[in-house]
Amino acid sequence: MFDTSALHKGIELLPYFLNVLGMGALTTLGLTAAAFVVAVLLGFCLALMRLSRSRALRLIASVYLEILRNVPILTQLFILYFGLTYVGITLPAIGAAIIGFGLNGAAILSEVFRASIRTIDRGQSEAAFSIGMTRALALRLVVLPQAFKVAIPGMANFAIGLLKDTSLASAAAVPELTFKARMLVSETYQTNLIYFLLAVIYLALSLTLSYWAARTERRLKVVKEN
Amino acid sequence: MAESTPLVRIEGLYKCFGNLEVLKGIDLNVQQGQKISLIGPSGSGKTTLLRCVNYLEEPTRGDIYIDDELIGQRLVGTRKVPMGDKQLARMRAGIGMVFQRFNLFPHLSVLENIILGPLKVQYRERAEAVALAEDLLDKVGMSAKRDAFPEQLSGGQQQRIAIARALAMRPKLMLFDEATSALDPELVGEVLGVMRKLAEEGMTMIIVTHEMSFAESVSDQVIFMADGNIVEQGPPRQIFRDSQVERTRSFIRAVQEH
Amino acid sequence: MGYEQLWQATHVEFLAAAWATLQLAFGALVIGLIVGLLVALARLSSSPTLRRLALGYIELFRGTPALVQLFIVYFSLTEIGVQFSSFQAAMIGLGLNAAAYLAEIYRAGLEAVPKGQVEAAKAIGMPRLKVLRWVVLPQALRIVLAPVGNVAISLLKDTSVASLIAAPDLMLRAQDLSAVYFMPLEIYILVGAMYFALCYPLSLGVRLLEQRSRH
Repeated sequence: MFDTSALHKGIELLPYFLNVLGMGALTTLGLTAAAFVVAVLLGFCLALMRLSRSRALRLIASVYLEILRNVPILTQLFILYFGLTYVGITLPAIGAAIIGFGLNGAAILSEVFRASIRTIDRGQSEAAFSIGMTRALALRLVVLPQAFKVAIPGMANFAIGLLKDTSLASAAAVPELTFKARMLVSETYQTNLIYFLLAVIYLALSLTLSYWAARTERRLKVVKEN
Repeated sequence: MAESTPLVRIEGLYKCFGNLEVLKGIDLNVQQGQKISLIGPSGSGKTTLLRCVNYLEEPTRGDIYIDDELIGQRLVGTRKVPMGDKQLARMRAGIGMVFQRFNLFPHLSVLENIILGPLKVQYRERAEAVALAEDLLDKVGMSAKRDAFPEQLSGGQQQRIAIARALAMRPKLMLFDEATSALDPELVGEVLGVMRKLAEEGMTMIIVTHEMSFAESVSDQVIFMADGNIVEQGPPRQIFRDSQVERTRSFIRAVQEH
Repeated sequence: MGYEQLWQATHVEFLAAAWATLQLAFGALVIGLIVGLLVALARLSSSPTLRRLALGYIELFRGTPALVQLFIVYFSLTEIGVQFSSFQAAMIGLGLNAAAYLAEIYRAGLEAVPKGQVEAAKAIGMPRLKVLRWVVLPQALRIVLAPVGNVAISLLKDTSVASLIAAPDLMLRAQDLSAVYFMPLEIYILVGAMYFALCYPLSLGVRLLEQRSRH
């Protein structure tokens, strides 16, 4: 059933595969990190807009959220990619990918942030107001520092989802992990071995990310106890 | 005693939560240096009244003046518009509030809780703020805990810190919203002791409380509220011992049966 | 050509592709619901081997991208003589993926039923199976409804990934039509709008469920 000669050939090529996939993994991590930063910054702004007292700001944020959460991210990437070329902006594919994943991620994270702010007891804001803080000051000094800790699991989950979603950038020829894998398959036809390696690498990356996030959360709890 | 302008002037205060009328027309003056206790059954509106004074609750109708300044609203010509956030914050800085659930900031140490206001709202120098805080900690008997975190403290300790935090802003008025109701009985005394000291130093205080003997010994005026109205108002002796109003008497009787 | 004319020219093909997308999502959901149940049962079973297998399944499918899973089902399985059509492969891959998430949702739902209920039922002499059927499951069902709804919405969106193994869905149709009309931006915006029309009502429904389950 299995072609053993092909398997042998595959094992010979293992170092080559790992090298190429390793480069792809670096691109994947870079893409994930960059998109994560964009998503956090933009998502934070969105969350503040949703909590603002201005109906206009709340509406804009809600519409943005609804649209981005009900359209597949692949479609969003294509729209962004072609939309940018229409407007005359020529970005390298990876740039468009960072923006696309960042914009989409902002929608997801804004909900995480908004929910974590709402877990903070109203009494905290009231205490802050009672010592003469404006809403902005109360948010910055009292609510957000507490909300941030609550938001960490949500942010970690998002990061892991983002890592996996970057595989879609392969459709735009971004040289990340999945793209490299497809390239290798068309080059050597070692489908099984390569896709096996691909799965293992993604698994390793996402498990490492989970572990690191859990450790960070635990460390923050310990710091507080001192 | 000369009748100067009252520190707090409440005129025609109505408050509805949806269909529920919680305050049905309150008129009240508080002179500088007075200690006023608000007593009454649950749902009488006393906490809502207190929270309207520093505008944590927005009145449905009526005006509240702190030191002759209208709080929460501004007069534009003859119309009243909501007050801006900065102005409201400024007015609130002059009013201290102590909450039933303490509401200390858990992510900050005891000292940091107290200096936060002076530092970030009044822009005082850090050294000055810390000196003030240590002074207050000593006053409430919590100097030893200056670097502790709220979750490490008992309820009574937390509440004393909360009082210190409010005093750090040097308010002209202190509001106490059932400050001892959430405390274990053996911890109530240490908090009441601090409140008593404060009263003796001449602070203007409005106290919502269930501690009747405390209210009787500390107050200049006791206000008995029920169903959103002031039923009776007068010196402690009148309310607690010599009331001629049946509603008041039955409440006092019921409370003292414990 | 404006959007109006574009829609006129393409709507037949797009609606057909949308129907295919719906079928794909529905099929994957059914597979996910069934396989997810099996995995959840294995996860909660008393056999440590079954538990470990279930955990392994969940970690594997949640730790790797759906796209990679589709590749493996579509391309890799041919080596052992199994050849699915791209549509079948997409449905199976997405279904197995959803199963991992659904298994955890089932587990959370079962664990969220207050233990006191089970104890009370046992105390009046109810046999274990009846406790499960009449006390635990109805409540667990109400709890999982909203999260399952969310999985369904995700599935609808994830069908777009199937286009990357050339399964005949909306996105693939969009790619083809872009080559015909040379208006990729407008076409993908149109497709985006179609996805929105499919997903948004579901989102509203799930939100209603979430609000109701809070009371």
